[in-house]
Amino acid sequence: MNILVCIKRVPSPGTRIVLSEDKQEIVTKNLGFTISPHEECAIEEAIRVKEKFGGTVTVLTLGGSLASEQLRYAMAMGADEAILLQTDGKEWDPMATSNAISDAVKSKDFDLLLFGNESADYGGYQVAIRVAYALNHHCLTGVKSIEIDEGQITAGREAFGGMEIFKIPLPAVVSLKEGINLPRYPSLPGRMRAKRKQIEIIEPIKLPGGIETKQFVSPPELGSHVEILGHGVEAVPKLLSIIKELGFIHK
Amino acid sequence: MSSFPKNAKVVVIGAGIVGNCMVYHLAKLGWNNMVLLDKGPLPNPGGSTGHASNFLFTVDHSKEMTLLTLDSVKQYKELGVFTQSGGIEVARTPERMEELRRRMTSSKSWGIESFLLSPKEVKQLAPFVNEEIILGGFHTPSVGVVDSLRAGTLMREYCMEKDVLTISSNTEVLDMVVKDGAISQVVTSRGTIDTEFAIICCGVWSPRIAKMAGANIPLTPAVHQMISVGPLSLFENTVGEIEYPIVRDMDTFCYERQNGSEMEVGSYAHRPILHEPDDIPSIEESSLSPTELPFTEEDFDPQLEQALELMPELLGEEQAGIRYAINGLLSLTPDGFPLLGETVEVKNLWSAAAVWIKEGPGIGRMVAEWMTNGYSEIDPHHSDISRFYDYAKSKTHINARTSEAFNKTYGIVHPREQWSSNRNIRISPFYFRQKELGAVFFETAGWERPQWYESNQGLLEEYGDRVNKRPHEWDARWWSPIINAEHLVLRERVAMVDLTAFAIFDISGPGALDYIQHMTVNQMNVKVGNAVYTPLLTPDGGFKADLTIMRTGEQSFRIVTGGGDGGRDKKWFIDHLPKDNSVHFMDCTSSLCTIGVWGPLARKMVQSVTEDDLSNEAFRFGTAKEIRIGGMKIWALRISYVGELGWELYVSTDQGLKLWDTLWEAGQNYGIVPAGIGVYGTTGRIEKGYRLMGAELESEYNPIEAGLARRKVKKADFIGKQAYMKARKEDPTAILCTLSVDDHTSSSGIKRFMQGNEPILNLDGKGLVDGEGRRSYVTTAGASPSTGKYLLMAYLPVEYAKPGTKLLVYYMAESYPVTVEIAGSKPYFDPDDSRIKS
Repeated sequence: MNILVCIKRVPSPGTRIVLSEDKQEIVTKNLGFTISPHEECAIEEAIRVKEKFGGTVTVLTLGGSLASEQLRYAMAMGADEAILLQTDGKEWDPMATSNAISDAVKSKDFDLLLFGNESADYGGYQVAIRVAYALNHHCLTGVKSIEIDEGQITAGREAFGGMEIFKIPLPAVVSLKEGINLPRYPSLPGRMRAKRKQIEIIEPIKLPGGIETKQFVSPPELGSHVEILGHGVEAVPKLLSIIKELGFIHK
Repeated sequence: MSSFPKNAKVVVIGAGIVGNCMVYHLAKLGWNNMVLLDKGPLPNPGGSTGHASNFLFTVDHSKEMTLLTLDSVKQYKELGVFTQSGGIEVARTPERMEELRRRMTSSKSWGIESFLLSPKEVKQLAPFVNEEIILGGFHTPSVGVVDSLRAGTLMREYCMEKDVLTISSNTEVLDMVVKDGAISQVVTSRGTIDTEFAIICCGVWSPRIAKMAGANIPLTPAVHQMISVGPLSLFENTVGEIEYPIVRDMDTFCYERQNGSEMEVGSYAHRPILHEPDDIPSIEESSLSPTELPFTEEDFDPQLEQALELMPELLGEEQAGIRYAINGLLSLTPDGFPLLGETVEVKNLWSAAAVWIKEGPGIGRMVAEWMTNGYSEIDPHHSDISRFYDYAKSKTHINARTSEAFNKTYGIVHPREQWSSNRNIRISPFYFRQKELGAVFFETAGWERPQWYESNQGLLEEYGDRVNKRPHEWDARWWSPIINAEHLVLRERVAMVDLTAFAIFDISGPGALDYIQHMTVNQMNVKVGNAVYTPLLTPDGGFKADLTIMRTGEQSFRIVTGGGDGGRDKKWFIDHLPKDNSVHFMDCTSSLCTIGVWGPLARKMVQSVTEDDLSNEAFRFGTAKEIRIGGMKIWALRISYVGELGWELYVSTDQGLKLWDTLWEAGQNYGIVPAGIGVYGTTGRIEKGYRLMGAELESEYNPIEAGLARRKVKKADFIGKQAYMKARKEDPTAILCTLSVDDHTSSSGIKRFMQGNEPILNLDGKGLVDGEGRRSYVTTAGASPSTGKYLLMAYLPVEYAKPGTKLLVYYMAESYPVTVEIAGSKPYFDPDDSRIKS
């Protein structure tokens, strides 16, 4: 079972996101970078499948040279190989990204291509679908459970308070959602192994077209609002109604 | 919500460990109407306290830092937030083993129980350590961890119960208003507070807040990397936070500290990563906290390998993950010591910055006492912010020195080790002559001073066995036998010493005499032209300074003090100037340079270049007058810190080179050599029993104990007089003594030479403690080339302070026999001072 996991390097912001003066980018000077949470779960899921069925896990990302940090993190978690579609670091829109990915992997024999449902920064929701289309694979999005059995994949996604269950044949493209698993932290030996591994570097060609970012806009900040519900026992009814409102209890 | 205070006695800015300790101790000392501000939320406002590893290793080579740590441990225990775990520093190299033996010396000096361990014994205490790659360990059972956030909360609660504190979190300081040179208002995002005092306890942000008031706190935020690995199966059954000793892997500059089911690995090995206080992100912009910056993996990778090497099974567990990794910010200063005390620039604005968790409560108490009484129980000598001259407050200097210092955090630092970065800040007019003479320069207060001259190499042959050698590399590091040879020339012929680093203050005005009398212990109402050596005391009678003051006129005095103490002394003098402007203070340090000329031939030699009469009758010891040398106006002072006939010759800086050349040329007929500070500061001084501020003299001791009390006390009142009079009536519990080493031979047969700070033991090997709980240790160690002895100075309990008493000195984990030679200030060499007065 050979699995490809596509990930993206995204900034890890605080509660306030600072924009550059020309509003063309997020100021990342003081920020760390991470992997989109959905994709971190995809890496974890891929490693679990490999642990069960054998095979390899390859991680791929499109981005600047610094994105190799995220590839190494994935390899430290347990991925075997990594491919960097190396760009100048500027944002590529979903069309350009998916073209580059499809070009890079079409000659490789992946049984399962896992994506995050959407990236944590731009949230385009498109790359998995576009890659599936280009490779002519079956595709499922928003998946929160998978099982693999005899050349097909059984996947579930949340719908209407329950789960929709699908079965599709492999090879397939599946985009996952956070919550499907709890991703592991890389171990120290894992980190050491990852450090020594080679990353395959491909320089993709960017085709014209696609979405163009005009500018970012920060929504107005919401001030924190504190409401004291009451003191001691008298606070209980109000507290209960809020917990009900939030859907934690139904009676 | 309570309304925001409009006025306060004191505003404490920053609610990390330091700010909390400050309000706690001020409250204990009776302060009220205090306000504690932080721009972050409580209990963790986002400063360095919040991500600290919170462990306390008690043993440090510095007495001041050790005393502060011990006090902090005591306080943390009283608060119930201390967990004793023990700590082991492991050595991978023979050099480090030697350093661990040196740590044994320090632990015994400061009275802390420690042991040297074999690799096997390390393994018994810390079973996860790979004993095959270590040579041994240094175990201190009293090491432990604290909950610093909880400590802060408890301290605030104490103040709230006493109703003396208003706490305002999420409150940012926007400006600091100064009026008539003193802090008057703190402007915040929630309103303005009129205040009498303000204390900056803002850790890495301190320089920024100080700058708002026009003050300067010289520190830089710097990265210390830390990761946490877990859950580890060995720690599965750990109850509470810590069960195994903390391990410091000294040679890799890393530590490993259990925290519940995880192991924290911290490093001081990576490249120095400095930040700017203004560039630290805000709380809102930070993904963790402002001082927990994104981890830069590549900087940590080598340390990962080393950690794995030391703890292969534990940290190599595949199931355990790196769950937390940060580039944590902490504060670094140009000399590694904290920044405490009133800022030089703004009255009533205090700094309590660059403080580690391990010293927080001790420093809180120290600064609170200092603010309340004008002195503190523990001497803040090395931490006093006024020690820094202007040049040291520049970004250039701070960044250069902190970059150099960072990797020395766990380094093996020789007590005489010199900085290599940003040198040649202050040079005397003689510098280039000295360079030609092969001077080896040591730095003090930014000045380059020759420690010895390689051009004197030939003297080693001349003096042969009279110059002792030091066969052990450590003892001989940053040292040369040439120093002892230069010493002998000074005692037998004549030598010239560059003393330009002196700090010189001229005092004048109608109130000058009263003012000087008020500042000093000894009688200053002397004849014009007389020079007086005198201590300056703290209000409780401990040493604040010791220096020489000359009466230069009916209403004028010249104060000469050491360069290293100049900053502190200057602030002390300025702080006490009368408010009526009757005294004028002028810092003349840079306008004058000084050459000391001493030796039995000094009179003949200097006389050969002046028409003024230098005979003993015409120019008495302890007097100063103007003379002419080669047409230059020289202010000559007949005095000597090396106990020899001669003069300190002061001339305006522009004429310094000419003075040097004139003396040098004249000296050729008398066999003159240049002598370095190795002679002036140690060998010449120690055999004459002269004391040094910061070594023998500190606020813990008084002039009676130091043997500096004179027979009579002047009528005039002076700072510390009451305490001084009381001490004179009582029997001292300790006396400063001069001891000689009877045998230098170590167990390996190599002769060893103590360097200072070693404990003095009785013949049973027990450390000596006086009636006030003060431990006996070597304050200065050095050769006495004139007598062939190696001398030590130490305060001894009175029962041991008798000539002939046999004792031991403990050095590098071995004991050496010593004999008390002198109790008190009588010189060991030339006890009648016949040379100096000849």
